[in-house]
Amino acid sequence: MIADDDEKWLAAATAAVKQNAFYMQRAIDSNNLKDALKFSAQMLGELRTSKLSPHKYYELYIRASDELRSLEMFFRDETGRGCSIAELYELVQHAGNILPRLYLLCTIGSVYIKSKDVTANDILKDLVEMCRAVQHPLRGLFLRSYLAQVTRDKLPSIGSEVEGDTETHMDALEFVLQNFTEMNKLWVRMQHQGPTREKEKREKERNELRDLVGKNLHILGQLEGVDLVVYRDTVLPRILEQVVNCKDELAQCYLMDCIIQVFPDDFHLQTLDVLLGACPQLQPSVDIKTVLSGLMERLSNYAASSVEALPNFLQVDAFSKLNHAIGKVVEAQVDLPASASVTLYLFLLKFTLHVHSDRLDYVDQVLGSCVSQLSATGKLCDDKASKQIVAFLSAPLEKFNDVVTILKLTNYPRVMEYLDHDTNKAMAIIIIQSILKNDTRIATADEVDAWFELIKGLIKDFDGLADNDEIDEEDFQEEQNSVARLVHFLYNDDPEEMSKIIFRIRKHILTGGPKRLPLTIPPLVFSALKLIRRMRGGDENPFGDDTSTPQKILQLLTETVEVLSDVSASELALRLYLQCAQAANDCELETVAYEFFTKAYLLYEEEISDSKAQVTALRLIIGTLQRMRVFNVENRDILTHKATGYSAKLLKKPDQCRAVYECAHLYWAEEGENLKDGERVVLCLKRAQKIADAVQKMANASRGASSTGFVSLYVELLNKYLYFLEKGNPQVTGETIQSLAEIIRSETKKAEPGAGTYITSTLRYMEFQRQQEDGGMSEKYLKIKMEW
Amino acid sequence: MNYLRGAFKPACNISITFTDGKNRKQVPVKKDNGQMVMNPLFHSQETIAGKVCIEPYQGKKVEHNGVKVELLGQIEMYFDRGNFYDFTSLVRELDVPGEIYEKKAYPFEFPTVEMPYETYNGVNVRLRYVLKVTVTRGYAGSIVEYQDFVVRNYSPLPPINNSIKMEVGIEDCLHIEFEYNKSKYHLKDVILGKVYFLLVRIKIKNMDLEIRRRESTGAGANTHVETETLAKFELMDGAPVRGESIPVRLFLTPYDLTPTHKNINNKFSVKYYLNLVLVDEEDRRYFKQQEITLYRLKDESS
Repeated sequence: MIADDDEKWLAAATAAVKQNAFYMQRAIDSNNLKDALKFSAQMLGELRTSKLSPHKYYELYIRASDELRSLEMFFRDETGRGCSIAELYELVQHAGNILPRLYLLCTIGSVYIKSKDVTANDILKDLVEMCRAVQHPLRGLFLRSYLAQVTRDKLPSIGSEVEGDTETHMDALEFVLQNFTEMNKLWVRMQHQGPTREKEKREKERNELRDLVGKNLHILGQLEGVDLVVYRDTVLPRILEQVVNCKDELAQCYLMDCIIQVFPDDFHLQTLDVLLGACPQLQPSVDIKTVLSGLMERLSNYAASSVEALPNFLQVDAFSKLNHAIGKVVEAQVDLPASASVTLYLFLLKFTLHVHSDRLDYVDQVLGSCVSQLSATGKLCDDKASKQIVAFLSAPLEKFNDVVTILKLTNYPRVMEYLDHDTNKAMAIIIIQSILKNDTRIATADEVDAWFELIKGLIKDFDGLADNDEIDEEDFQEEQNSVARLVHFLYNDDPEEMSKIIFRIRKHILTGGPKRLPLTIPPLVFSALKLIRRMRGGDENPFGDDTSTPQKILQLLTETVEVLSDVSASELALRLYLQCAQAANDCELETVAYEFFTKAYLLYEEEISDSKAQVTALRLIIGTLQRMRVFNVENRDILTHKATGYSAKLLKKPDQCRAVYECAHLYWAEEGENLKDGERVVLCLKRAQKIADAVQKMANASRGASSTGFVSLYVELLNKYLYFLEKGNPQVTGETIQSLAEIIRSETKKAEPGAGTYITSTLRYMEFQRQQEDGGMSEKYLKIKMEW
Repeated sequence: MNYLRGAFKPACNISITFTDGKNRKQVPVKKDNGQMVMNPLFHSQETIAGKVCIEPYQGKKVEHNGVKVELLGQIEMYFDRGNFYDFTSLVRELDVPGEIYEKKAYPFEFPTVEMPYETYNGVNVRLRYVLKVTVTRGYAGSIVEYQDFVVRNYSPLPPINNSIKMEVGIEDCLHIEFEYNKSKYHLKDVILGKVYFLLVRIKIKNMDLEIRRRESTGAGANTHVETETLAKFELMDGAPVRGESIPVRLFLTPYDLTPTHKNINNKFSVKYYLNLVLVDEEDRRYFKQQEITLYRLKDESS
């Protein structure tokens, strides 16, 4: 409804403008000054309306001011035709209504200045003074905007068309400043016009008009002769005076930003004191952080874009001024939300990183200021603030791409302390990702400490938050994976330092609690094992220090892995024991290796009860044991015997069968010549076959009900025989294989699905080996008499 | 009908011309019927000289008891229309009784005539100067011809011309201080000044400056006052806040003004006032009226 009316009024006013413009043009064409003035005044009279919204009024204004251009030309021509410009200047002031009168006055005024009949300043002064007569905010704003527009290219300044000495362009400056001041007053006043309930709408409309005011600052920015001295002594103080005194949030916010954007960087740099000094004087509701952020961002870009400017930054001590100013602002604005103050520090930090990338102390200082600010507010619970802190803390990471540098910033972890749990973790992950991305090595034990301090959010539970069931399992895994990956980045080529590092890591990781340990201990163990292997490669004990011998480290690992079995991660512990045993094996430490095996066996016996887990564990044990070289016969026998024993005690027959035939390998070591006991190999295989027979019987007994796949057991066994046959076990005879093959053949007739291909490829392989001409295998295979 | 017209039409044609009529400045004067005519302009102490031509119509003779020319300064009140009060009356006898057969010219001269008042055309009163030629006849009625002329008188620059400055207001509502640069303006002058707002608690819509003319006629109980607004000049648009100072600049040229006339021959006075009017959003008017003196300055072109 209101919008419709708005349209209607605009249409009516536009039509009237058009009509009068037409008559005005006709009068101009026939050189009728009187009519031209009459109709132009009538046309401008349409601008007296109060009915239009700012938006529509703007449209109308544009139309009318367009038409005024031909009038301006006419005035210029008219002065050549005998009517003096001074007379015209008087004549237009006969108009009875103020608004048309002043539009006409501005128009003729601009011609007057151009004619140089009179000093530009007199006219400018007169115009800007006369325009006071329009106190209606909207109409006044547009009138003054018109004034600014028509005089813009005529302002006297050095080198421009209109000559001027220093004094006169001071006056041009004065003119623009005054026009700016008045416009701002009108603009600010707009909010008080009309009913309170429409205030919000009005503020929105007012915001749309802000560029009219801002344009003056643009003009100032482009005004010739505004050098640093003028800017510092006149322009800036005057603008700021107006900005501060208007006590209006919208205006202050916009104008501060305008100042920052319009004037050159080095002006800002040289007048930082003044500009920053104004900040605490602004209204408390002003979004000061946006303002200061804009400034710092601008200065940062300036520093980034021009290297020559850097000394200036140092000269004016921009950093401490900014730091100080932010402190002041934070102090002055009690209600400033934490997020805002953090944002301020964030931009200061960015600025510092850009400008003083070599000054870590500055960076640390910013962090320190932030800490002292945060200490007042306590832990952050507000999302926005947390986000800002994350950005804040990420900035140095991005800049330096090097966590080691960050570790030097003592205040960095202190800032992190103010994050809530989740954010803290998120931040820790960001840090870790930075390491992973940049391949940073953390190479000393002290750094490791500092480092774990940083990411402690991930390493251990926070007090009071220990039982947080809301943690998403997947996320948790993800986090801990990052930590695990990280452990590998804590590395030093020097074994002594490295072992120190490992001790430290262990210390930190062990604080992690049952949920984390299974995820974090493995990387530690592997990292340590890597070290051990390296030590073995070098001199036996190159340093007298007894903390860093392989034994010591392995001892440490024993204790570490033990922790795992305490937190019911026995399978993992078992695997790790086996890994350690292997390492001990590589280091020729028989007793240690034996110790590890013992522990692994104990775990197997006591902790692992699930049959599937047992199968897996047993395989690992067998596989590992098979490769152990350090054991003497006695020890080895004990361990092998135990393993075989476990195998036979597995729950399911097929599992038994498989475990037993795997045990055969324990008697047949690849390298060690003394460890090839063909008889016992065959004994194992035979036992396995017996179990397979039992499976077959059971299967036959319950034929049809369930097929337990004993055929594949036979095929697997056949393959084991073939393996040992190839390895040259004398106890493996052709007959044994033949009889096995026989059974398989008879069983395959009953066609067991799935086993078929395995059999076929096994047989094809045998056939192939038999037909090999020159290979050593054909001979062995020829022993097998096959009748298929 | 032709002969009838001949019978009623005056027997002769009388024309009055001024000696320097070609060069003398003419000013427009509004006649009763609304038409504008141009009349010659004179000033006080000037010699008014010219010629009266009497030309009988073809084949007629004009018999008369004498011809005279009079210079009259008259004041006419409109409520008393047709009744002239002559404040100046000068007579020149041009001819002794006799007959005129053909065109005859009579030069005349009124040397340095004292004409203290200006020609004035008001709402209720008119002051005019006229040359009246009378051909006196006994029975047929006298033949009379008039020629108006305009008199304007210059004033010297006033020795004292103070500014008008005043603070007015309504308590706790509106306080303003205004200033006009002079109290006496010549007719082509410009009024400069400013209005300073000390306190604004009402929603002002606009502010105008009016020039008002107050014409009072008659005397005593019969005094009749007529006020006209000759100019309405917008000074300000919108509502000012405390501390605003609004400029005043009003050129007097476009308006049809006369000098201030004080008690002209005890018949009438013309006074001018500047009326500063503030209008609020409910269209209430707040105003303050100040008298100014208008005078005619020598220097000007008319």
